[in-house]
Amino acid sequence: MSLVDVREAVTRAHHEEWARVVAALARRFGDLDVAEEAAAEAFATAVERWPADGVPPNPGAWLTTTANRKAIDRIRRESKRPDKQKQAQMLYDDDPPAPVGVIDDDRLRLIFTCCHPALAMETRVALTLRMVGGLTVPEIARAFLVQETTMGKRITRAKAKIKEAHIPYRVPSAEDLPARVSGVLAVLYLVFNEGYLATGPDTDPVRHDLTAEAIRLTRLIRALMPEDGEVAGLLALMLLTEARRPARISANGELVTLDEQDRGAWDAALITEGHRLVRERLAAAAAGVAPGRYQILAAINAVHTSARDIRDTDWSQVVALYDQLVRLDPSPIVALNRAVAVAELDGPEVALTSVDRLEDRLAAYHAYHATRADLLRRLGRSSESRAAYDQAIELAGNTAETAYLTRRRDQLG
Amino acid sequence: MQYLVSVIDDTAGLATSDEQAAIDVFNDQLKADGYWVFAGGLGSPSNATVVDNRGAEIVFTDGPFVESKEHLAGFWILEAPDLDVALKLAAQGSKACNRKIEVRPFL
Repeated sequence: MSLVDVREAVTRAHHEEWARVVAALARRFGDLDVAEEAAAEAFATAVERWPADGVPPNPGAWLTTTANRKAIDRIRRESKRPDKQKQAQMLYDDDPPAPVGVIDDDRLRLIFTCCHPALAMETRVALTLRMVGGLTVPEIARAFLVQETTMGKRITRAKAKIKEAHIPYRVPSAEDLPARVSGVLAVLYLVFNEGYLATGPDTDPVRHDLTAEAIRLTRLIRALMPEDGEVAGLLALMLLTEARRPARISANGELVTLDEQDRGAWDAALITEGHRLVRERLAAAAAGVAPGRYQILAAINAVHTSARDIRDTDWSQVVALYDQLVRLDPSPIVALNRAVAVAELDGPEVALTSVDRLEDRLAAYHAYHATRADLLRRLGRSSESRAAYDQAIELAGNTAETAYLTRRRDQLG
Repeated sequence: MQYLVSVIDDTAGLATSDEQAAIDVFNDQLKADGYWVFAGGLGSPSNATVVDNRGAEIVFTDGPFVESKEHLAGFWILEAPDLDVALKLAAQGSKACNRKIEVRPFL
C-alpha cells in the first residue's frame, strides 16, 4: 500500500470514526477532555504506525481500542495526583434505560451535551464541530471568523463548564426535546455548511463526509421527532442543497454557480425526497402552522430545484420567500441572499443598492464582496468589480471558490 | 452534587406577600422531593459590613463589597443529580420569587 493510500485511509477513518470514538469514550470515561485527547492521540498513532504496519482491517475498532488505552493511561497518570481522584467521573447519566421508541445513539448524546442550553450558542457550535465533527480548532475559528486562540479558549471553557456544573450526557426527555432540538439544528446546519463550502487551503472544496454526517444526524433527529416542522425543513434544505453537489465543482476544481450548473447532474432521488418534505410542510403551513426559517429556506431551494433551466426559475416566488425569511431573521446574510434574487427580478442596479447598505456589517465576509463584484460586472463597472473580486479572493477560504473568483476577475475587460 | 441558586434582585423592595407565599410553597416542594439543603433571604446590602484582616489591623468597611444595581437578595442550596435538574428547579424558583436566578455549582 502506498503512502498516499495510507494517508487517505487515515483521512477516511478520521471522517468516519472520529465522532463514534469520542462519543464512546465520553460515555465510558465520563469526561469530554479525556475523550477528545485520547481520540486525537489514537489518530496521531495511526498516522505514525499505519505506514509501517499497514492499515488495520477494521480501522474503527483499532482506533477505539487505541483510544481506550490512551484514556486509561491518562487517567492512571492523573489519579496519582490526589486532587484529580475526586474528578474521576465527570459526566453523568443516572437515567434508566431509554424508553422504547426513543433512538439512543452515543453520538446523539454527545450532540445534546455539546448543544446544551446552559452554553452560549457560539460555544455549542464550536464544541459540536470539535467533538462531533472532528474539525480542528483552526478550521472552526476560520468558519466563524474569529482568532484561533479565542476559539481554543471557548472550547476549553465549555468543557470546563460541562464538567464542573454537571451538564448531563444523555438524550433529553421527551418533554424537553423540542426546546433542545432547535439549538441542535442550528449547529447541524453550520456543520453542513462547513462541509458544503469547506474552508482551508488543504481541504477538499466540498467535504462530503461533513454534509453526509449532518444529513445522517438530521435524519436521526427526524426519526426521533417526526412532528417537528423545523427538523423536516432542515433535512429538506440539506437534501436539496446536497442534490446539487455533483454539479457544483467543475472537473478542474472550480466552483460552478447555480446559473451555470448542469442540472442533469443533480441527484434526482435527493430532490424527490426533499420536495416531498417541503410539500409536507406546505400542507402544515396551509393548516395554520407558521413555518420556521429552515422550512422557508427549504422552500426557496425547492423553487430552484423545480426549474429545469435557470431561465424557468420563479424569481418572484424566491423573493417573496426571502421577504418572509427577513421577517423571521433580519440578519445581514439573509439580506445579502435576498439581494441576489432581487438582481434576477429587478436588475443588478436595484440589488447593488441593497447590497451596499450591508457594508458595515459584512465587510469581512467574502460573499459580500463576491456578490458586489458580480453585480458591478453585470453593470459594466469593471474597475470597481475587479477591486471587489480582489477583496473576495483575499477573504474566501474555499479553494474552488477562489478559483472561480480568480477566473471571473481575470475575464473582466 | 450541590448548587448555589442565588436570587438576583434589582429592586430595593422585599418579597411581596404573594411572592413570599409562592416561595413557601416552592420550599415545601423542594423538601418533599429531597432537593432542599438550605435557603435564606438576606437583609439589604446597605446593611453589610466588609471585614479585612489580611494586614496588621482589622479593617471594617460599611456597606457591600461591590456597589451594583443588582444584588444578592437570597439563595437556596440544592442537592440535584445534574445541571438539567438544577436548572428546572431554578426556573420554578425564579417564578416563585419573581426574580432572576443564578445557578452555580459547588466544587
